[in-house]
Amino acid sequence: MISCLLNLAARCWRVFARPSVHFSLGFLTLGGFLAGVLFWGGFNTALEVTNKEAFCISCHEMKNNPYEELKQTIHFTNRSGVRATCPDCHVPHDWTHKIGRKMQASKEVWGKIFGTIDTREKFLDKRLELATHEWDRLKANNSLECRNCHSAESMDITRQNPRAAKMHETYLFTGERTCIDCHKGIAHRLPDMNGVQPGWTGTVSAK
Amino acid sequence: MKTRITLAALAFAAAMPVLMSGVFAADQTSHASKVPSGPHPITQDIPADPMGREVTDDIKKARNYADQPPLIPHAIRDYQVDLNINKCLTCHDRKNTEGSQAPMISVTHFQDRDGQTLGTVSPRRYFCTQCHVPQTDAKPIVGSSFRDIDSVLKEGAK
Repeated sequence: MISCLLNLAARCWRVFARPSVHFSLGFLTLGGFLAGVLFWGGFNTALEVTNKEAFCISCHEMKNNPYEELKQTIHFTNRSGVRATCPDCHVPHDWTHKIGRKMQASKEVWGKIFGTIDTREKFLDKRLELATHEWDRLKANNSLECRNCHSAESMDITRQNPRAAKMHETYLFTGERTCIDCHKGIAHRLPDMNGVQPGWTGTVSAK
Repeated sequence: MKTRITLAALAFAAAMPVLMSGVFAADQTSHASKVPSGPHPITQDIPADPMGREVTDDIKKARNYADQPPLIPHAIRDYQVDLNINKCLTCHDRKNTEGSQAPMISVTHFQDRDGQTLGTVSPRRYFCTQCHVPQTDAKPIVGSSFRDIDSVLKEGAK
């Protein structure tokens, strides 16, 4: 059995290593280059398509639950009309981490196929688990997706009300906490928060 | 004759709202230059005033009487108060005030309606905005002759 497999591998290698008989070197080089460009461009274009809000809410699970809730919040409707779309907060912007998150998201395709949250009730039952994933992810990357727009350096606390300014001075600028510790549930409704401490209680577990 | 009296009574009843609102409007001319609910035909569309801006300066307002629920001097947009979480209590509950430095909800919130002390917030006190509300800079459209107890006492002493 093993020798059979080794034989096959050896045969494949011989074909692979033999110089081309039918195609010229130029054709293979240029053709390979063009095929590479097409593949890479196509791959990234397809990736970008899945990184649009329209793609996220093409599933009724996302359209009827998180998206409906987002629409009432300040991250959707506000005085200046700047808004966050789903991937702004839920997908890392740099390529490596984006690919990592996309691979994780294959679990979500599984969930879609088997209807894990295909009713409002199922979604609500699973919300704490789903929210905890996002809180853990943002905690681990120091709220990177928040900071893609909100930077501590550009935050002028004299323009904030005293209450917010004091909290940011105490917890954010010292690096003692990260955005998600205090700002949970800013874009979607919260699950049952029994046992989940607010960021300023001091008993929050440092990860 | 009977019909005429009935008609007259009906006409008077119909005119009542206009007459009454005329009286009220005269009362409050000092407060608002434009009276939205003044004596105008019911068919006339009066443009709405612009919405007031929320007062979010974190400055405590004096209460008009000792029992008045204190006003909320900060924004409460999207604050979730339901079975899952009470966003207000994440700062104002007893155990969270050290971290938040927010005023603690008063001891009356830990009593049931018979005055019995409870360990946690009483369910009847759970929905904060039933009593506590933020303010906007909108001018009142109806005047008020309310005076607080101190000014009443001062007048009585004279």
